[in-house]
Amino acid sequence: MINYDSITFMINKEDIKNLASLARVGINEGEAESLTKEIDSILEYVSQIKSFSEDFDLEKPLLRNVLRDDVLTNNIGEYTKDILDNAPKTEKNYVDVKNIF
Amino acid sequence: MIDLKTITIKSARKSLDKGEFSAEDLAKSYLAEIEKVNSEINAYLEVYEDVLEQAKEADKQISLGNIKPLTGIPISIKDNLLLKGKRVSSASKILEGFIAPYNATAIQKLKDQNAVFLGRTNMDEFAMGGSTENSAFGVTKNPLDKDRVAGGSSGGSIASVAMSGALASLGSDTGGSVREPAAFCGVVGLKPTYGSVSRHGLMAMGSSLDIIGPATKTVSDSEILFNAIKGQDKMDSTTYGENLYPKTERKGNVIGVPFEILEKDGIDKEVKKNFEESLEKMKEKGFEIKDIKLPTISYSLSVYYILMPAEVSSNLARFDGVKYGLHLEGQNLLEDYLKTRGEGFGKEVRRRILIGTYVLSAGYADDYYKKALAVREKIREDFKKAFQDVDIIATPTTPMPAFKIGEKSSDPLSMYMADIFTVPANIVGIPALSLPSGFVSTDTEDMPVAIQFMADYDREDLLFSAGKKFLGEDF
Repeated sequence: MINYDSITFMINKEDIKNLASLARVGINEGEAESLTKEIDSILEYVSQIKSFSEDFDLEKPLLRNVLRDDVLTNNIGEYTKDILDNAPKTEKNYVDVKNIF
Repeated sequence: MIDLKTITIKSARKSLDKGEFSAEDLAKSYLAEIEKVNSEINAYLEVYEDVLEQAKEADKQISLGNIKPLTGIPISIKDNLLLKGKRVSSASKILEGFIAPYNATAIQKLKDQNAVFLGRTNMDEFAMGGSTENSAFGVTKNPLDKDRVAGGSSGGSIASVAMSGALASLGSDTGGSVREPAAFCGVVGLKPTYGSVSRHGLMAMGSSLDIIGPATKTVSDSEILFNAIKGQDKMDSTTYGENLYPKTERKGNVIGVPFEILEKDGIDKEVKKNFEESLEKMKEKGFEIKDIKLPTISYSLSVYYILMPAEVSSNLARFDGVKYGLHLEGQNLLEDYLKTRGEGFGKEVRRRILIGTYVLSAGYADDYYKKALAVREKIREDFKKAFQDVDIIATPTTPMPAFKIGEKSSDPLSMYMADIFTVPANIVGIPALSLPSGFVSTDTEDMPVAIQFMADYDREDLLFSAGKKFLGEDF
């Protein structure tokens, strides 16, 4: 959980470690320290937008999805080899992944 | 001998067509120049091994009369654009060994014209930065003063043109990544209208902001390259066709200047003076200068540094050590992710992923992300209103000339401030052109500075015509 009670600082070291784990980015103790300072000052700067007080409507969607028809757009296997060649580990025509559960 | 200092796409076209030199001669001249200067500047990460083959093919097409504006023209491309069969890395370790499986649409369009691709250029990792110091492969030096940065994120692209190592280059611009280095190195940089050029095959950074843009020596060349790469593409649903923005008749001679924002701290005095001189020059050329108000523009940088990292954190989720490039082995899948992304991404990329994760997280999304989206709409409205009275909005491109290598790398926030004039065009989605406007003195060399012209959606034509007048290309 993110610490919602931090008052003096926008963000603390535990928050940073938590964010890093949510984002699947491994960081060490020293980096957690320096990131806390840097990100704190960036968040403090961008918090300027909180002072923007005009009314705005958050419910109105600004974008719409554009989807193509779900049909084949290339020949079967056209890119398979090139794409598999870029994967670090493959088996037959599959990307090899460790157990998820 | 081909004089690489003065040659342009336009002049090269004439010479190639008249047979004064061949595409092969031209490519050889560039390869020789790159060989001579690149080891010091570090503009190119790779020079392709088939450059002369491409040039010979272009010569064949020229001899057959199959001549297009870019046939035989040697260009460099930023390392985040896919050219089939070639390595591409976004200057990141995480894409170690990755080979592009297809061509980016913009690249395909240039291939169709038989342009000659010289190589891929250095950049801030995944286009995150304004100095190319965030590249995993070393900084790109400014060809005009090697102690200074070339700017970024398209620093290698722009430096390749400035050092006479390419006739033109393609970069990408998310918050100023073509215009800022162009300003720092004294070349012309265009950020086209959002959706004018397909991003299919451009590695995504901030998808609501990203666009591909040309770096060239002249405005005419910028126009030639832009015309070659623009157009609707079914592979990028944000691209638009001819009729999305109906064109109204405009004289194109009224320039609005938000004078208010020039009074802010952090703008170099000499940059300001140069900007005022540039406005005088435009007046002499028949332009009217109008003071305009953009009340919400001061929120731009905050909006940008919320929306961009949010989109970054989402776009970069795909780099997981499973599908491509680097894979670092842990005890289980979670450890694989943590190790691969922790060590594969550089510091600035990690920083922005965390900021993006923060502003999108429960409890903060309303205060940051959603609010930034709302303020973005207000900024859009401000610009829309302004363009009812003026054809072009002018600002300096950057608040200072190129800074020294290392000067800002320990303070990310001060680095972000360099984007203050460039981010609004990305937030709003309008086109913007950076033009060299002279030099200012620094404690070392005199360094180039630039003026930025912005226009309404799909009005690159107004930018090109004003830009040509500014640089004296209109005779």
